[in-house]
Amino acid sequence: MNRFEVITPADLAHAARLLSGEGHVALAGGVDVIDLLKLDIIAPATLVNLKNLPELRGIESRAGGLRIGALTQLHEVAEHPLIREHYTAVADAAREAATPQIRNLATVGGNLLQRPRCWYFRHPDVHCLKKGGDRCYAPGGLNRYHAILGGGPSFIVHPSNLAPALIAFGASAKIVGPSGQRSVELEKFFTLPTVDPRRENNLEPGEVVVAVELPAPPAGAKSAYLEAREKQSFDWPLVAAAAMLVGAPGSHTVHDARIVLGAVAPIPWRSPDAEKEIIGHPLDAERARAAGEASVRGAHPLSDNAYKVAIAKVLVRRAILKAAGIEET
Amino acid sequence: MKHDEHKPPNSRSISRRSFIKGAGALAAASGLVRTPGADAGAATSSGAQEGIVERLGPDAQTIELKINGEVRRVTVEPRETLLRALRDHLNLTGTKLVCDRGACGACTVHLDGKPVTSCMILAIDARGHEITTIEKIRIKGDKTGLFGAFVEHDGAQCGFCTPGMVMSLAAALASNPKANLEDVKRAVAGNICRCGTYPHVFAAALSVARDTRGGGAGES
Repeated sequence: MNRFEVITPADLAHAARLLSGEGHVALAGGVDVIDLLKLDIIAPATLVNLKNLPELRGIESRAGGLRIGALTQLHEVAEHPLIREHYTAVADAAREAATPQIRNLATVGGNLLQRPRCWYFRHPDVHCLKKGGDRCYAPGGLNRYHAILGGGPSFIVHPSNLAPALIAFGASAKIVGPSGQRSVELEKFFTLPTVDPRRENNLEPGEVVVAVELPAPPAGAKSAYLEAREKQSFDWPLVAAAAMLVGAPGSHTVHDARIVLGAVAPIPWRSPDAEKEIIGHPLDAERARAAGEASVRGAHPLSDNAYKVAIAKVLVRRAILKAAGIEET
Repeated sequence: MKHDEHKPPNSRSISRRSFIKGAGALAAASGLVRTPGADAGAATSSGAQEGIVERLGPDAQTIELKINGEVRRVTVEPRETLLRALRDHLNLTGTKLVCDRGACGACTVHLDGKPVTSCMILAIDARGHEITTIEKIRIKGDKTGLFGAFVEHDGAQCGFCTPGMVMSLAAALASNPKANLEDVKRAVAGNICRCGTYPHVFAAALSVARDTRGGGAGES
């Protein structure tokens, strides 16, 4: 790890100004930043400590929805009564993330902005496409945990497990930067490697994710979040699936739905094909199965990860049935 | 290893008191954050600059950490983790260094009563928090009952993961004294034991939970 200084700015404007500078990296919960520092993947001269900024704190009700400050820790999201009741998939995603010890340190902002877990990217001696090199080593290399959808030219999978659940509820990121503030739907915040393989989102230098804003949940919305892992106790997911369903009043017909997969693509992967299979239909096991099949339509597995296609189908089906409260048969 | 705490404060030292007086640490100490004020520039003896509350490093500076109820002075570079500060500077070696990546849980300590991996937090970021290490539980009298339970249920083989296991369980049982097997498994989900003593660890934790319930039969 290189030596660095840590600067605590007095306010958000100064934080943005500092972060615009070369060699400045934001420090919040620090979990991913410390990991990247230890691996020498980053070697900043300065860390800009964001923990002093009041705009980044707290969970507040806003216009029927919720504003979750970027510094909110994952355990707070997992335990928050309003999130558990109205945004169940989001609470479950936070509850499933990492370990108890990490959930007590890691923040919402950090979960969204953490860098990929790809072993080539995390290897200090591999100068891959994501680090400005000329190739992604996954297609010709060891790729069992890599992308089956949306891959190329980089084949990482996006590591955030909160993101699919937040996108299922149409959440936005509130961002403040040197030239003011903006709000962007999380679905549009994450960017494919075709846009720029070195990054996973459209956060510009100097910009700070201040909060995540969840709109009011649609009346009658029900949701679920599931992960499939190699190890049940603590592991990154092989596949994650978030389902948000809105029932038509007085019937079993699905009025609206959002299906978002995690760990299958370089971005959280919303599946309109899966949504179409269930919207406008009464929900049953067959509809959920069809949605699972549709969710991986167009998948291009690499040499070692076709198994993820099979897992994704099942996990999407199970997430839909769980959200609907239907027992699996 | 004791030299750090006897080192006289020098011109670069930052006590918790002066830090709070300046600004910043109020956020860390209370979870509340002050709005930036006119005194922000006077926060520290070094790096006073407009718009900056504090500037630390890259050289080592003396900070204060509240560990096991005592304020300890320690001289660290900003890049040093809490784990390094505990083990290398304060001789609190009960907290173990294993993976150094937050994956194994051997370095688990409590920050304001909550278990965290001390390898994934900078020592400077632990200022303003109550830090509890395995030494508090062991040396100052085991109020958790976990040590006796680990001995009784043979909860340690090589013993390297044990301090972390005990810290995770101590926090879990403090917040949920009637923990069942699922609760216990979740509590140590971030603690890896390569000897594979998990069933004994679960049994030890459940025996404490049962004792807390007044000796009644609990789930197993």
